[in-house]
This record gives sequence, C-alpha cells and structure tokens, in this order.
Amino acid sequence: MTEKKIRILVAKPGLDGHDRGAKVVAAALRDAGMEVIYTGLRQTPEMIVNAAVQEDVDVIALSILSGAHLTHFPAVLELMKEQGIIGEVLLTGGGIIPEGDIEALKEQGTGQLFGPGTNTRDIVEYIRNWHEGRS
Amino acid sequence: MENGQEDHGMGSEDIRHNEERWREEVRELDELKARFMTTSSEEIDPLYTPDSLGDFEYLDELGFPGEYPYTRGVYKNMYRGRLWTMRMFAGFGTAEDTNERFLYLLEHGQTGLSTAFDLPTLYGYDSDAPDSAGEVGRCGVAVSSLEDMEILFNGIDLDQVSTSMTINGPAAILLAFYAAMAEKQDIPLEKLSGTTQNDILKEYIAQKEFIFPPEPSMRLITDTVEFCARRMPRWHPISISGYHIREAGSTAVQELAFTLADGFAYVEDALARGLDVDDFAPRLSFFFNAHNDFFEEIAKYRAARRIYARRMKEKYGAKNERSLLMRFHTQTAGCSLTAQQPENNIVRVTIQALAGVLGGTQSLHTNSMDETLALPSDTAAKIALRTQQVIAHESGVVNTIDPLAGSYFVESMTNRMEAEAEVYFDRIEKLGGVIPAIEKGFFQQEIARAAYRYQTEIDGDDRVIVGVNRYVEEDEKIEIPILEITREMHDRQIARLQALRERRDETAVSASLAEVRRVCTGTENVMPSLIEAATNHCTLGEIVDVMREVFGTYREPAMF
Repeated sequence: MTEKKIRILVAKPGLDGHDRGAKVVAAALRDAGMEVIYTGLRQTPEMIVNAAVQEDVDVIALSILSGAHLTHFPAVLELMKEQGIIGEVLLTGGGIIPEGDIEALKEQGTGQLFGPGTNTRDIVEYIRNWHEGRS
Repeated sequence: MENGQEDHGMGSEDIRHNEERWREEVRELDELKARFMTTSSEEIDPLYTPDSLGDFEYLDELGFPGEYPYTRGVYKNMYRGRLWTMRMFAGFGTAEDTNERFLYLLEHGQTGLSTAFDLPTLYGYDSDAPDSAGEVGRCGVAVSSLEDMEILFNGIDLDQVSTSMTINGPAAILLAFYAAMAEKQDIPLEKLSGTTQNDILKEYIAQKEFIFPPEPSMRLITDTVEFCARRMPRWHPISISGYHIREAGSTAVQELAFTLADGFAYVEDALARGLDVDDFAPRLSFFFNAHNDFFEEIAKYRAARRIYARRMKEKYGAKNERSLLMRFHTQTAGCSLTAQQPENNIVRVTIQALAGVLGGTQSLHTNSMDETLALPSDTAAKIALRTQQVIAHESGVVNTIDPLAGSYFVESMTNRMEAEAEVYFDRIEKLGGVIPAIEKGFFQQEIARAAYRYQTEIDGDDRVIVGVNRYVEEDEKIEIPILEITREMHDRQIARLQALRERRDETAVSASLAEVRRVCTGTENVMPSLIEAATNHCTLGEIVDVMREVFGTYREPAMF
C-alpha cells in the first residue's frame, strides 16, 4: 500500500502580491512528493480556512511579505480553532517577519516560520518531521 | 590590412588559429566547476575574442552617444554633462512620516523624489476600508485623499523637484491628486515634472497589484498618456517596468524582453487611439533592475536602448529623435539581498549600482541593507544614497562614456541579449500579443520556472550566496536598527481621513463622483473629472469604487 501523500495548502493572504516565494516553495514541496494546492493571491482568512477544510489538508502555509503577518496569522489561527482543526492541521509559513514577531506568533500556536534565505529542503524536512510526529 | 578598424595586429585567420590552439590547451586544465553561469543561468565562455563578434559594424551596432541606435547612451555627453538623478524610493506610515523622510533625503543631497505607497493605496482602498486591515502604512505611505498628498509634499517646491510615484492600478487618480495639489498652489501643470509608474501590464505579469481587467486598465493609461501629451509636457505618464518582473524571479533576458514587449503594447494602444507617435513617445520612460551579475546587467541596458531605438524608428515610424531614446530608471535588486549578515548588502548594492551607471541609467535608487528585514531606516537609506555619491564622485567611472564598449565579452553579450529578446517577441506575437499572453499565464509561468531554477541552484549549492549557503555564521544576531510602523501612525491616518469626511462638502463630492461615473462609462478622457473629484476631496477609495462598478475587477488564474 502506498503511503498517503502529505497535503498542503499554500496561501497568499491579504493584499500582498509578492508571490515568488509562495510559488517557489509550492514547486519545491510538489517535487518532494507532496500534494500542493495553491490558492493564488488576495485570500481572506475565511477563504483560506474554508479551502483547508474542503481540501482536507494536513498543512496550511502562508506567505506574507507585506508586514501584515501579525494580522493574518492570528486571524487564520482563530478560524482554525472555530473549525476545530487546530492541532490537527499545522499552520506554518514565511516571508519578511522579524524574529520577535516569529516568537510571538509561535506562542499563539503557529509552527515554524521561515525567513529569507531558507533552503527549501529545510522546509520539506520540517513538514515531513511534523507529519511523522503526528501519525 | 587596409581597414584599420579590423586590424587587430594580425589577420583574422591568425587569430582564429591561435584561438583554437589556446582553447585546446585550456580544455586540459582543471576548473573550479563544471559550468560557469550568469545570475540568469546562462553559460559563459572562458574567453571572448574578435571571433565572438562576427561581422561587427561599429556604426550600425553602437554609433555615438546620443546618436542612433543609442547603444552607448541616450545623451551626447552623458554624466560629463549631468549626473544621473539620485532618487531614493521612500514611503512608510503616514504622509507626515514620509514627508519627514523626503526632507531628510533632500537635505543629504538626493536630487529627486520617489514615493512608495502602501498596499491599500496601491489597490485603491482608503485607509479605513476593511480590506486595508493590517496593511496601512506598512509597505509605503498611506494616501487616501488630496489632503494626504498635500501633507506628503509639504515644504517641497513642486515646480523645482521631480517626483516619481510608484502607483499603477489607480495611477490616474494619484496623478489627479498631484495635479489638484499644484493647481491649489497656483503652479501650472505644465511646470510639473515627474513620473507615474502607471504600468499595468507588468502588474498582471509580475507585481500583481491590479484592480480592473486589462482593457479598461489600458484605457486609463492611454487617457493619462494623452492628457500629459496635451497638458503636462514635463511629466512621464508611464514608467515601463522590468524591475518587478526581475524581482518575481525572471532572468535578465526575460526582464528585457517582457518589459519592451509591454512598452510596445502601450505604443500600439496610443497609436490605435489616433495619437501621433512623436506626440507621446518622447515622454515614455523605463525602469530596470540591477542584479548581481555585473556584465549581464550592463549588456541588458545597452541591448534595451538599441532594440527600442530600432523598433521605434523602423516599426512605429517615429521621426522625432527624442521618440527613439530609451530613458530609464534603475533600482538595485531587492531580491538579491540577504537577511543574513545584512551589512554585506551594502557591497552587493555597490556592485549593482555600478552596473546601472556603466549601463547609462538616467536615475538610480540604491537599496538599503535592511530591506529583507523591514522598510529602510534613516541610517540605512543614507548609506545607500552615499553609495551613489561615492560612485559619482570617487570611482572615476563617470569620466568617459560607455567605457565597456568594444569589450568582446560585453558586446557579444549585448548582441546575444538582443537576439534572445527577439525570440521572445516572436513567441508573444504568436500568442496574440501581450494581453492574451498574460491571460494564458505565459509570462507568469516563464518567470516562475526561472525563479524555481534559481532557488534550486542555491539549495543544491550550485550557486553561492555569501552568508546564506557559504560563510554562514551560526547563531548570528542581527544588530542593525529596524524601522517600526507604529499603531499611532495607523490611528493618526484613520482619524485624519474621518475628519475630512465630516468636514467636506458632500454635495460637491456626490456630483464629482457622478461625473466620474459618467466619464468612465463613456469614452472621453477621465483626467479632468478625476482632478475635479480630487479637488472636491473625494477619496481614493470612493473614486475606485465607482470605477470598479463600471469596469469590473480582475482575478488571475492561480498557477505555480
């Protein structure tokens, strides 16, 4: 029996149009054998969490380079709680996020958040490890 | 040999013979890596010789500075006559905060202004709109009204300084705010000098800050082109931009080809409107990236000038010499900077800025070392400006024009770039032109593929980035000051906007918005109605709401 593939929703919340990182990470996760659903731009937290539930994903990955991370990550976490998928689904992501903000967001319940210069292999490994730890 | 130009001291047969022998010998030597490539993953030969250039005709390929085909530069004496404009892109928080930064930069020797707007402004939302949550003043300055614009330029002589505004979807409205501000100060529009970026095609292709579908967007742009041709002769209505295409991950050739293809699409749209090419082409301007690969970048600028001049003359029949000149702004590559060991970015920016100058740029923004961490701090922005001043006054590169001309390598790279751009032009034409190619996702996929290849090269250590995958400092602590956007800035902006709504003449507001709706529904030029609406304190969001209702909105297909 083949192992079920890890399913990931890669999403761009808010107005931020910088999609290079999201697309590169999506392609790297796909090439690492994961099922990637890319939402495209301008997603609201509601759209993201609804898509995550509908697509039955294991992981939500947000990409934010605009500085609005302290608005969007908590909003998505809140809706994940409402939908009862918190803990079951990993919320991770990356972008231009200062170190102090990363710590604050992790305390609120996000997983690892990745900054500029991250090797995509580290992201793949992190998600695989999380998935193995969970199952 | 009789022709002195081809006399290299020995016959070309001798050169070829010696070159073959030399290559044989070199092939036996060990090299550090299997493939030497540019930032754009193009393979580079160990040596370039006269043979690399084939039948190279100096006058056809290069000519003289300020003369067709302008490969060597658009002006006769280039930087000996006038240095490039040192134009630092700035904007954050409220209009007051950015005004302070503008004055600071002018005080330190900057020679032109360049405005970065926040995301809500770029998308045509007021600061207090629900969609603006979390974004006000973060990526640039929030400007929702004429009043904000007036505060932004407080203490700055509009007829003395040239101002660039990076605004696209709602560019016509921000231009109207600027024009309305000048009219209130009794400054004739004819005296205003500056640039609106106003390049929507590259938004669909790369930066993704579009509002309306392509067709009405193109109409708005051509309206501004027409208005400026008649009323604002010193204004550049469009800055056709490759910068964002490159930042999204394209190669240098893609940046060159896609930007020029966009430029020609605007030319064709204006011609279809019935404008004469020589009435508007002299005010078109361009904007390119300066990435790490020194020679590749220089070749890109030189090829860009040559392709543009040739097409404008041969294809579009431009007669006025000024219609053939590709004038461009350059910004160093934000995407090349690293969050790790950020001080190293000063060095990267220096190399990139030098390429822009050797490529003959008309104006330059140098990025600050902290840009991968936040918006630039005062100190970081000042160092970046000083970098330009050192290049201008200490390096000696301004002493002679286009000093790299005649380099076998640079000329052959310039030729190759031109040829590869032509291949892209053919592919775009086969897809039906720029807009159909956008709708098919052609550009987006080409760029995404190049971006992924670049990242894969770094991840696999085929490409070295200092501080990222080599010379890494574990447990590095970032110790440079970071600019913070405060809650207070946000609150001040919202309060001002709401006070304006209380105070203004609502009857005039409704009448102006009705007029904007009427004009947008028809075909006449939108600019006069927008200036009227700006003067009556209609907000950006209110005007864009009307346009959204008339024009509709655009969503792109999600692909990676």
